[in-house]
Amino acid sequence: MVDKCVGESLTRRDALDKVRGAAKYVDDIDLPGMWHGAVVRTQIPHGKIKDVKLDPAFPWDEVCVADARDIPGRNCVAIIEEDLPLIITDEFKHIGEAVLLIAAPTREMALRARDHVKVSCRKLEPVLTIEDAKAMRSKIRGADNIFFKYKIECGDASKAIKKADLIVEGRYEVGHQEHAYIEPNGIIAAPRDGGGIEIVGSLQCPFYISKAMAILMNLPEDKISVRQATVGGAFGGKEDYPSLLAGYAAVLARKANRPVKIIYERDEDMSVTTKRHPAVVVHRSGVKRDGTILGMEISVEMEAGAYSTLTAVVLSRGLIHATGPYRCENVLANAVAYATNTPPNGAFRGFGAPQTIFAIERHMDRIALALGISPLEIRRKNMFKLGDVTSTGQRLTESVGATKCLDAVIASSDYKKRIVEIAKHNKSSQIKRGLGLSLYWHGAAFTGSGEAKIKAKAGLRLDPDGVIRLLVAATEMGQGAHTVLVQIVADAMGVGFSHIGVETPDTALVPNSGPTVASRTTLVVGSVLDKCARKMKAALQEFIGSEDSLPDDKLSNIVKRYLKERGPLTIVEQFQLPPNIVWDELNHKGDAYPGYSWGADVAEVEVDMTTLDVSMKKIWVACDIGRAINPKLVEGQIEGGTLQSVGYGAMESVIWNDGRLVTNRFQNYIIPTSLDAPEIETIIVEEPFSIGPFGAKGLGELPMNGGAPAIANAIAHATGLDPCSLPVTPEKLLKEMRISGNEK
Amino acid sequence: MKNNMKIKISIEINGKDFEIEALPETRLVDLLRNDLKLTGTKEGCGEGECGACTVILNGAAVNSCIILCGQLKTGDRLITIEGLSDGDKLSAIQDAFVKNGGVQCGICTPGMIMVAYALLEKNGSPTRFEIAEAIAGNLCRCTGYTKIIDSIECASAAMNGGKR
Repeated sequence: MVDKCVGESLTRRDALDKVRGAAKYVDDIDLPGMWHGAVVRTQIPHGKIKDVKLDPAFPWDEVCVADARDIPGRNCVAIIEEDLPLIITDEFKHIGEAVLLIAAPTREMALRARDHVKVSCRKLEPVLTIEDAKAMRSKIRGADNIFFKYKIECGDASKAIKKADLIVEGRYEVGHQEHAYIEPNGIIAAPRDGGGIEIVGSLQCPFYISKAMAILMNLPEDKISVRQATVGGAFGGKEDYPSLLAGYAAVLARKANRPVKIIYERDEDMSVTTKRHPAVVVHRSGVKRDGTILGMEISVEMEAGAYSTLTAVVLSRGLIHATGPYRCENVLANAVAYATNTPPNGAFRGFGAPQTIFAIERHMDRIALALGISPLEIRRKNMFKLGDVTSTGQRLTESVGATKCLDAVIASSDYKKRIVEIAKHNKSSQIKRGLGLSLYWHGAAFTGSGEAKIKAKAGLRLDPDGVIRLLVAATEMGQGAHTVLVQIVADAMGVGFSHIGVETPDTALVPNSGPTVASRTTLVVGSVLDKCARKMKAALQEFIGSEDSLPDDKLSNIVKRYLKERGPLTIVEQFQLPPNIVWDELNHKGDAYPGYSWGADVAEVEVDMTTLDVSMKKIWVACDIGRAINPKLVEGQIEGGTLQSVGYGAMESVIWNDGRLVTNRFQNYIIPTSLDAPEIETIIVEEPFSIGPFGAKGLGELPMNGGAPAIANAIAHATGLDPCSLPVTPEKLLKEMRISGNEK
Repeated sequence: MKNNMKIKISIEINGKDFEIEALPETRLVDLLRNDLKLTGTKEGCGEGECGACTVILNGAAVNSCIILCGQLKTGDRLITIEGLSDGDKLSAIQDAFVKNGGVQCGICTPGMIMVAYALLEKNGSPTRFEIAEAIAGNLCRCTGYTKIIDSIECASAAMNGGKR
């Protein structure tokens, strides 16, 4: 009998190399003849290039310089639309766009060359905020500076609100958030014989890059190989941005006819790469005295930045999650994304949901306060249960763990008792304590028909060393995907973990299982691999002429014998979205996601009312993820995602000055350290999901939705103030105290 | 006028003697990664904020990205992450990180392990708070720190022969 893997906290395979310092990240890789690249960038937010001068004092014959004329294909980085130029020739739309590319024998020389280029331009009026965009201070997208607009409507919100006992309004604002992966963006591009190109880098989506390079470099995709190095954190910041960086490196590599490596400096990375979309969310809700929400009117405005990139999908996800995990038959929700002259905003764990869930969770507490009922009671009254219908008309037919999650954190934190204790303590202390609640959800996998469009393919291959290897485009970036997927295959085949390996996610070697995003890897890629594994098991059983479980101690030899006698064996399967999942993209109606994961947090804070310093003491987090394939890795994702969300809620301020990022280093963009972190207590809840392998659904992004609102609600509880904008900083609390005349 | 004079010093790295020749303004992290090909030490920020470049210099955990070769002198002793394991045999700290989920993307890991090493040399049974204080100069974006602290706590228990 082979020990089962699913449900076991097996040690991750890549830990060994990582603790020895032997894992190779892109900057650890050197290729023969490799040079280093640097990018000359625009320095004002909106303008037109007049000229580019190379200072004759620099030995330009010792380096390679490339501009837009050196792009073999089209000067565009295809993401969803094709509005993003690689290199600017005329009008530019944010600080940091590429004007010239330089490759040199050393990084130091490339940076020195960069400093010897003078770009002069004609200033155009910049649009720096949503208000600027609405006021049409400059026209930078279409006729109205609007990238995308969506609406969700069910019932009659206006009519329902008129019947309410009370109407509660609120305006909630969230700023940008920077991913702050500790390994900066980096790529190596190397020219291959016959005009091809090989790319290795810190990236999440190899096939996104190969698709973009095909257009940019005018090459068929089979002449492009893109693979991940070990990736030092990504969180969505290496989803689409690497296509741009790969473009710079590829153009230089082609022109210099040698490998070129570009590693961003920290301030460069923070200044020019993508961030979380800022948003303004306005709620107007009609409620009954008993807390029932009768109608919701919601307006979501997001700031897209200068180009469209992934904004359409971020806006959509944000809108779909905007009601929170609550039942309401009358909803009118509008979402608009505005263009601004700042670097394009992009994917960041949660992808629109953290923004709108902060808003609804803060709003629920304010509704509770207005009605004189508790934050717990208002959530229990309205939260989704099995069989309920969402604002897009999706019936939640299975796997709704919201109640279990809420019950779990209320019990673990001893919430009701703690509320009483805190009320007593606060009467006589200048250090106020507060307890905050959040309840949240996250749709797993791509929105709507996204998975049907991707047609994710994954495979298994028998290898000469006796190992059965996964063929997936899913990248390992710390989340543990390459361990979890192996566990799924091992159990589906009924064999030991040690027999299964993972081929490097290299576009030349693996099928396109889709991008490593959207909390889809375990659910979608895992379920395709599950299918492959069962077929592989059957193929090997047929080979040895037995219907019994494969003999684990002989498996390696069986594989080798199969290859010798029958030749290669690779099994590839494709994801089938169940036909009952139907989505109307135009009207945002139907089944927005195959399924949802659920979570609840209780956060406890202390606020020193003399300094308004907030100390985050503890946070209890319960997440329903269907099935914990590897509980320790699940805890790791919950702990990390929660702290990132806590940072978003109380610490991380992204500050701009005239379109230039001021907070562009760890010295002034403050992410949580070990001393800032609350104690995190994790509770795993499992409500199995029939579409997921072994019942699993999405995890990676879910915890990002819960930390910030729980902390904000806790701070409100502690201080009696009403923080409606993230991050909740002492400065904002003080400002609110002064406005309400509460400063002592 | 640029000073092209290299300095020459003899230092010990991971127990071995090295004759180093470098420009005084060469950063220690570049000496290690580029000249000596010891790429286990990572660079995350270049300004001493993230701790990914932590090495042990004469017993103290330091950020190698803000130490210049000109600050080193003959007789200095350096320990990098490569010096902690012996082939496939891991030190107790490394083993604890592997077993306790202390590693996700791994980029902060060498730095964290070096800080843990320096801590446990000085304080064999740190409290969780003392561990959190010691690693406060090392940023991690993946783990939330919980399992890193668990790992260091576990390492200290193992190194004390299982006693706390």
